Amino acid sequence: MALITVSSPHTTRKGNHTGAFMRQVLYATLPGIAVLTWLFGYGTLINLSFAVIVALLTEALVLKIRGRDIRFYLSDYSAVITAVLLAIAIPPTSPWWLTLVGVTFAIVIAKQLYGGLGMNPFNPAMVGYVLLLISFPAEMTRWVAPNEAHSFSTSLQLFFGHIGDVDALTGATPLDTWRTWAGNAEQLASHPILHGNVAGMGWEWVNLAFLLGGLYLIARGIITWHIPAGVLAGVLAMALPFWLIDDIRYGDPLFHLFSGATMLGAFFIATDPVSAATSRNGRLIFGFLIGVLVWVIRTFGGYPDAMAFAVLLLNLSAPTIDYYTQPRTYGHKAAKRGARK
Amino acid sequence: MADLKKIVVDGLWSNNPATVQILGLCPLLAVSGTVVNALGLGLATMAVLAGSNACVSIIRHYVTDAIRLPAFVMIIAALVTVIEMLMQAYTFELYEILGIFIPLIVTNCVVLGRADAFASKNPVLPAFIDGAMMGLGFLVILLLLGALREVIGQGTLFTNMQLLFGPSASGWQINLFENYRGFLFAVLPPGAFVGLGLIIAGKNVIDKRLKQAQKRKQDAEPKTSRRVRTTGQVA
Repeated sequence: MALITVSSPHTTRKGNHTGAFMRQVLYATLPGIAVLTWLFGYGTLINLSFAVIVALLTEALVLKIRGRDIRFYLSDYSAVITAVLLAIAIPPTSPWWLTLVGVTFAIVIAKQLYGGLGMNPFNPAMVGYVLLLISFPAEMTRWVAPNEAHSFSTSLQLFFGHIGDVDALTGATPLDTWRTWAGNAEQLASHPILHGNVAGMGWEWVNLAFLLGGLYLIARGIITWHIPAGVLAGVLAMALPFWLIDDIRYGDPLFHLFSGATMLGAFFIATDPVSAATSRNGRLIFGFLIGVLVWVIRTFGGYPDAMAFAVLLLNLSAPTIDYYTQPRTYGHKAAKRGARK
Repeated sequence: MADLKKIVVDGLWSNNPATVQILGLCPLLAVSGTVVNALGLGLATMAVLAGSNACVSIIRHYVTDAIRLPAFVMIIAALVTVIEMLMQAYTFELYEILGIFIPLIVTNCVVLGRADAFASKNPVLPAFIDGAMMGLGFLVILLLLGALREVIGQGTLFTNMQLLFGPSASGWQINLFENYRGFLFAVLPPGAFVGLGLIIAGKNVIDKRLKQAQKRKQDAEPKTSRRVRTTGQVA
C-alpha cells in the first residue's frame, strides 16, 4: 500500500504557508496602527514605512551573502512583521537613524546571524527595541501627549531629525507619569493623563485596538489563546492584590492591562511562534511569567514599561519551560524530568 | 627555528587565546571600552604571561606534579603584584580606572593555562616566546575590540592616551564624527560580547578563505611527480 509521506508541517491546504499566516498578523495590527496614528500623528506611519524598507533591504542583503534564495525568504513576510512591530513600539517622534539602527540590528544580528526565520532564540523586534532603549534613552521616551497629534509636516521634520523645541512636542506616557508620582495621591489625582475612561488617557484606545486585532488572530487560528491569556493573567495576578493593599503606590489592574505595551505584547510579541514556548501548559506558564515580570519591572524596575525585557527573559527560558512541560504521548508514561526519580 | 615560528603563529593566529581558546573573557570584555584601557591591561597581561612562562619553565624540573598548580599560581601572583605596583607608581590614573582587573590577571585562564600546558614541558626560550606571543595575541584582540567599541560607542579614537604615554599624548584623540551622540550599547558589556563575536566570526571567515585558496592552488598544480609520498602530509 502506497502511503503519501509529507514532511511536517503538513501544509496540504492552499494558502496555509508561513507567508499567509504572517499576512494575517499584519492585518491584525492595522487597528492598532490606525489608533496610534489618530492619537499621535503620522510619525508611526512614516517610521513604519521606512522600517519595512530597511528590513527588506537588510534581509535581502544578508540572504545574498548567505547564498540563500532571496525571493523565497522575503515572501514569508517575517522581516516585514519584525519591522512593523518595532516601528509600533518606538515613539512616533523617532528620527530615521533610530529606526535604521534598530531594524538593522534586529534583522542582521538577532535574526539572520542565528540562522534566519525559525532559528532565532529571541524575538528580533524586541532585541532591536531593547538595543535602542538602552542606547538612546532620551529618544526612546519621547512620546506625544494624547490628542495633540502632530501634523504631517511636523512628523516629517521629526523624522529627519530637525527638532526645534522637542519638549513642546512631547509628553509623558501614563506609565511614565505613574512611575514618577507613585505613592503621591495629590499628584496622581492632578494628572489628567492617568484618568481616561478605562486606563491611561489615549493609551486605553491603543490597547483596545491591539486587543481587537489579537482576538481576530485567535479567531482565525493564527495564534492560540494560551500565551495572551497567560500574560493577562500574570499582570492581573500581580496587580490586583497589590492594588487592594495600597492603591496609591500600585496601579489598578485595568491601568496595567490597558497601558503601555500590554495588549501589543500579549497578542503580537509574546506569541512569536519561533521564540515562545510550544506546548499548551508551556505557553500558559510562559505567558504568565511574562505578565508577572511586566508588572514587577514596571513597579520596581528602572523603566516605565517592561514588555520587551519580560519577553526576552522568557524567550531565554522557553527551552527549559518546553523541557519540563512536554506532553505525555498517548500510551506512554509521563516523561521523567529533572531530579525527580 | 621552525618550532619557534610555529609558536609565534600559534599565539598570534591559529591558537589565539581570545579568538580560538576563548580564554580570559572577563578582562577582555570588561575593560575593552577604550583603546587606552585595552592597551594598559593588554600590556600588563602580556608582561605577566611572558614572565610567568619563563619562570615556570626554569623551575619545571624541581616542582612535583602534585603541587605544581599552587607553585605556578604563586609565581603568577608575584609577577602580577610587581606589575600592579609599577602601574600604581607610573600610570596611577590608569591603575585606578582598571581597578580590580589588574589583580585579577592572576586568575586569567590564559596565564595558568600556558604555564601548565606549555611552560612546564618546554625549555626557557620557547616558553618565554610562547608567553610573549600568546600575550601579544591577547593584546591585539583587546586593542581591536577597544578601538571598535570606542569608535562606535563614543565616536573617538585614542582618547585619554596621556594616561599611559604622559602629557604629550593628550592631543592624540581623534574625533571621527561631528556631534556624535554616542551609542551606549557599544560601551556597555553586551556590546563587548557582540563585538568579540564579530571579531571571531571575521577570523573564521579569513581562515576559510585561506583554506579555499590553498585548495585551489593545490588543485591547479600539475601532478608532475609520479612517486608516492610516504611520509608527512601534502601541505
